[in-house]
Amino acid sequence: MADIKKIATRESYGNALKELGNEFPNLVVLDADLAEATKTGIFKKEFPDRHIDCGIAECNMMGIAAGLSLVGKIPFVSSFAMFAAGRAFEQVRNSIGYPHLNVKIGATHAGITVGEDGASHQCNEDIALMRTIPGMVVMCPSDDVEAKAAVRAALEHEGPVYIRFGRSAVPVINDNPDYKFEIGKGTVLREGTDVTIIATGICVDSALGAAKKLADDGISAEVINICTIKPLDEELVVKSAKKTGKVVTVEEHSVIGGLGSAVCDCLCAKLPTPVKKVGMQDVFGESGSAAALLEKYGLDAEGVYKSVKEFV
Amino acid sequence: MNKLELQKRANDVRKGIVTAVHSAKAGHPGGSLSAADVYTYLYFEEMNIDPKDPDNEDRDRFVLSKGHTAPGLYSVLANRGYFPVEDLKTLRKLGSYLQGHPSIHIPGVDMSSGSLGQGISAAVGMALGAKMNNKKFRVYTLLGDGEIQEGQVWEAAMFAGHRKLDNLCVIVDNNNLQIDGPIDQVCSPYPIDKKFEAFNFHVINADAHDFDALKAAFDEAKATKGLPTCIVVHSVKGKGVSFMENKAGWHGKAPNDEEYAVAMADLDRIEAELEKAGEA
Repeated sequence: MADIKKIATRESYGNALKELGNEFPNLVVLDADLAEATKTGIFKKEFPDRHIDCGIAECNMMGIAAGLSLVGKIPFVSSFAMFAAGRAFEQVRNSIGYPHLNVKIGATHAGITVGEDGASHQCNEDIALMRTIPGMVVMCPSDDVEAKAAVRAALEHEGPVYIRFGRSAVPVINDNPDYKFEIGKGTVLREGTDVTIIATGICVDSALGAAKKLADDGISAEVINICTIKPLDEELVVKSAKKTGKVVTVEEHSVIGGLGSAVCDCLCAKLPTPVKKVGMQDVFGESGSAAALLEKYGLDAEGVYKSVKEFV
Repeated sequence: MNKLELQKRANDVRKGIVTAVHSAKAGHPGGSLSAADVYTYLYFEEMNIDPKDPDNEDRDRFVLSKGHTAPGLYSVLANRGYFPVEDLKTLRKLGSYLQGHPSIHIPGVDMSSGSLGQGISAAVGMALGAKMNNKKFRVYTLLGDGEIQEGQVWEAAMFAGHRKLDNLCVIVDNNNLQIDGPIDQVCSPYPIDKKFEAFNFHVINADAHDFDALKAAFDEAKATKGLPTCIVVHSVKGKGVSFMENKAGWHGKAPNDEEYAVAMADLDRIEAELEKAGEA
């Protein structure tokens, strides 16, 4: 485990695109005037002819990606989550989802850790929006290792994929030699018996921190990292819920429609279990540093610890 | 195919439109009929396509951006041999592959469409991909004149002009009517030609119901290098069916049994005239 190595998943995204560029000659990358921020600029430097800047026009960009995929390209479309999943939702649904095209959407700057830009740019709704589209794979990697693996898996998968990346640097937690990534498979990062904490994205690190503190209080928390929110690893969720009898979900996203809802959808049908959803409680974010916002909205290790403590 | 043969084909396409919409008891006859000659010219004359090899990667592509006029597209595809003409009667019915708006799963349909403003972007993506792959095929997309009120159309036009996509041909069916009335009364997009010119397109105006004019326009588009072409075709909504012509009310309404009989009689009369012209 690296204690201090930190990297933003958007950076991992840009690096992965560059690293995979030669292996996937049909890979093309689209951006909407945000190549520096989404880090697709890293790919652009290496493959300038395969990077298409569409200007500030995300809806058109989704359609262009659809068209490119129909003539043999594998487009990775990038923008901030707010514009990729939010502004262009209907284009993603009708021009990519409905015809089930082989288009990958790399959405960066998701969640409140966008930070200082404030609520207008903090997308806490993208997972909810994307998971309602039939056939769409939705992923939210937790660190550098997982982000790169998710990009490769998306390229190897036939069909539309949405991947959510963050702006802020996060600790690397998956750099172990046994690490394997598979779409639709969750990972138990810590075994426990009293409560299951299911987290996604940058909140996985918070969940691990919370579990350590809970252990000090004599509470044994199982921590599950769910990168693929759709299709959800239902087998793993049910298995853990059966063992602990209590589930807390943690996400940097609205508690409406995101990971928490996906877990509840699964459990209410297969194994009714009390669930507490930690996330944005039906509110908009605000300006502030990423760390300050995570603390205020209870999404850092301390906040998750308190939420679990109250629940068990 | 000579002009008379194209006219006959177009009349068959119109019969298919009216029959499909009548059978479905819903759908969009007005804009399908206004574009029937354009559909016919594209699929019987202009495009490099083969109904027996619908997925050939070198084929020309067509995206129906004004997807609600699917009956027109389905009718021309059926008449061209992509699927049985008889199947047009299953339009919009549960279990039929002929969905209310174009679906990519229908033989001959290159892209799902129907949400206005989106088809042109996909067409632009195809044209860009052709350039990147050094492919020679051309991409055609048909838009409604009301549709160009959608902002996405202009995002796509800006990109196509910027990228000089001369393998792209945008056709705007200017029948001047949308659901709520004449387009210049609802929210005028005029002057359409000047707008596309400003977005760095080569623009051609043509009579939508004159095959000589359509041939000249599409030939000019093909010969145009260094910028995309927009052909504004001036059409009559409901063309060919007497009581539907120039009536906004026939945008999205099916004829009842009596109206269907009148419509088919109109088209039979045109057919007889064309046969007579052929004998003369």
